[in-house]
Amino acid sequence: MLYKEAGQFITEYRLDKRFFRLKQERWAFAALLAFAYLVVPAIGNDYWFSAILIPVLVLSLAGLGLNLLTGYAGQLSLGSAAFMAVGAFATYNFHLRIEGLPLIASLILGGLTAGGVGLVFGLPSLRIKGFYLIVATLAAQFFVQWVFTTFSWFSNNSSSGVITAPPLQILGTDLSTPAGRYLLTLTVVVALGWLAKTIVSGELGRKWMAVRDMDTAAAVIGISVPKTKLLAFAISSFYLGIAGALWAFTYLGTVEPHGFDLSRSFQILFIIIIGGMGSILGNFLGAAFIVLFPILLSNLTTSLLAGAIDPGQLENFQKMIFGALIIFFLIKEPNGLAKVWQTVKQRLRVWPLRF
Amino acid sequence: MSFFLEVLTGGLLAGVMYSLVAIGFVLIYKASGVFNFAQGSMVLFAALTFVSLVERGVSFWGAFVLTLLTMAVLAWLIEWLVLRPLVNRSPITLFMATLGLSYIVEGLAQAVWGAQVHALEIGINDEPYEVFGILLSQFDLFAAAIAGGLVALLGVLFNKTRIGIALRAVADDQLAALAVGIHLQRLWLIVWAVAGFVGLVAGMLWGARVGVQFSLSLIVLKALPVLIIGGFTSIEGAIVGGLIVGASEKLAEVFIGPLIGGGIENWFPYVLAMLFLLVRPYGLFGDKAIERV
Repeated sequence: MLYKEAGQFITEYRLDKRFFRLKQERWAFAALLAFAYLVVPAIGNDYWFSAILIPVLVLSLAGLGLNLLTGYAGQLSLGSAAFMAVGAFATYNFHLRIEGLPLIASLILGGLTAGGVGLVFGLPSLRIKGFYLIVATLAAQFFVQWVFTTFSWFSNNSSSGVITAPPLQILGTDLSTPAGRYLLTLTVVVALGWLAKTIVSGELGRKWMAVRDMDTAAAVIGISVPKTKLLAFAISSFYLGIAGALWAFTYLGTVEPHGFDLSRSFQILFIIIIGGMGSILGNFLGAAFIVLFPILLSNLTTSLLAGAIDPGQLENFQKMIFGALIIFFLIKEPNGLAKVWQTVKQRLRVWPLRF
Repeated sequence: MSFFLEVLTGGLLAGVMYSLVAIGFVLIYKASGVFNFAQGSMVLFAALTFVSLVERGVSFWGAFVLTLLTMAVLAWLIEWLVLRPLVNRSPITLFMATLGLSYIVEGLAQAVWGAQVHALEIGINDEPYEVFGILLSQFDLFAAAIAGGLVALLGVLFNKTRIGIALRAVADDQLAALAVGIHLQRLWLIVWAVAGFVGLVAGMLWGARVGVQFSLSLIVLKALPVLIIGGFTSIEGAIVGGLIVGASEKLAEVFIGPLIGGGIENWFPYVLAMLFLLVRPYGLFGDKAIERV
């Protein structure tokens, strides 16, 4: 028994509703946070911050956004990248056009704008469902990308639609170093992750799951299905919008509308498939997987085969492996890496016995 | 006026091509309830295989038959490795599996045959005809004729043969079909292979027009609004939807596009489909779902 819960009694509802019910989990999470805030900035180098940690965090946030909509509320969306684009461009414009607006305020306004746009594209969900809804999210995907490439006003008349990051300053502290950008991203992700956990374990989360499992039944027990669905679209798009702004400003520093195309939407969908639908932790695992796996794969092939495969071919193989992984996960582990983690915990709980 | 008619007919004929891709979708959706996102990749795979065989000196019909066999093997692999393990799972899971599948098929096609653009010559020269003062592309007319022939063939297959009756039974109720002794897995195999065949025809026509290249697999994105408008379960719907989408997107591009900045062809079909759905949530010819608790 490496990991036991015996002797930890819950005597109050308040305690029962905590995020981490076990002492070990609370300690582990506190240790993880302390490590991420105190140790990582001290030991990390630029490569780790810029190429791995920041994209993993941002993609986790985007996955979280889509997971709220698809994993919890059951509305399939192929337009995630569109809402990321709205978030990025809106944040940029708020920062550009309102004098002296703090960065955090423009970030939140950008997220809210994305939420509003998400709400509009969620409206068809009141009337149509299932696969027919894909068309609404794809309409969002193509329409938003078209708007940002066609109207240069959004990119401050830059001819190619490229926007660049505003100075990353919060309360007079400059955060444009890699470690600073990492800390900013981490803080936003931790705050929004906590918020998401609160939402899904609360009343709204229960309503989402009821609608996901069977919307007719949910309506019968008195849940307002339209309101619940629209809130899912709005909150999911808010998360995606913030993720898009972070993607543009703390990860890349500059972005063009093409950076938020359909393949980005698919990437985010794959994060939640591999990580686990309807799980908060799954988004982080899925994002880490999707960022690290190609790096690992290309390192492996260069070290093992010493460049015998040309890069174009490598990309094809990568595609095939990703596709195969998606199918493998859907067949063998439909609840994703989050379920694998649950299994590991269960094993540790009963170790050295098997059951 | 004649310019308007020219744009309209051009659009309608382009719509025929969308219908061809959409028909492959409908077949699979009807028989196995799978919303097959990989149909576009199958079009790419088929066209690329065909053109590469022709380039390597295989005769036209030889390449055609070999490609058909390849598509049948692909269908068998899909049935065996993807559909069978996922039987009885939710439609959304199956859809996501076909997303993964589209990655595999695209990667495979390009890994085997390379990623360069191939020109495909199928012996139709593209000189425009003039009919009542309207210029009609000969190639488009040919494509429309092929599509018409294909639909007639599928009509015979599905209405007059045992396979077709079995297929309609499965589309109606899978469990009941199993209960009366229909071999579901064999039927899936046939349907996916037929979808591969439709994909080959679509791929050859598209490829002859724009060259065989990666963008063929993106036709799936044009076929989606076609399906939405027509309804997932109806071949007639796929054709009517294709005509509507083709005509409206060309008209919109030519007449509305210049007013708001151009390049609206990408999203116009989707917005149109969305408006359509608000009026008829199951598409023009789709089955109305009745829900009970």
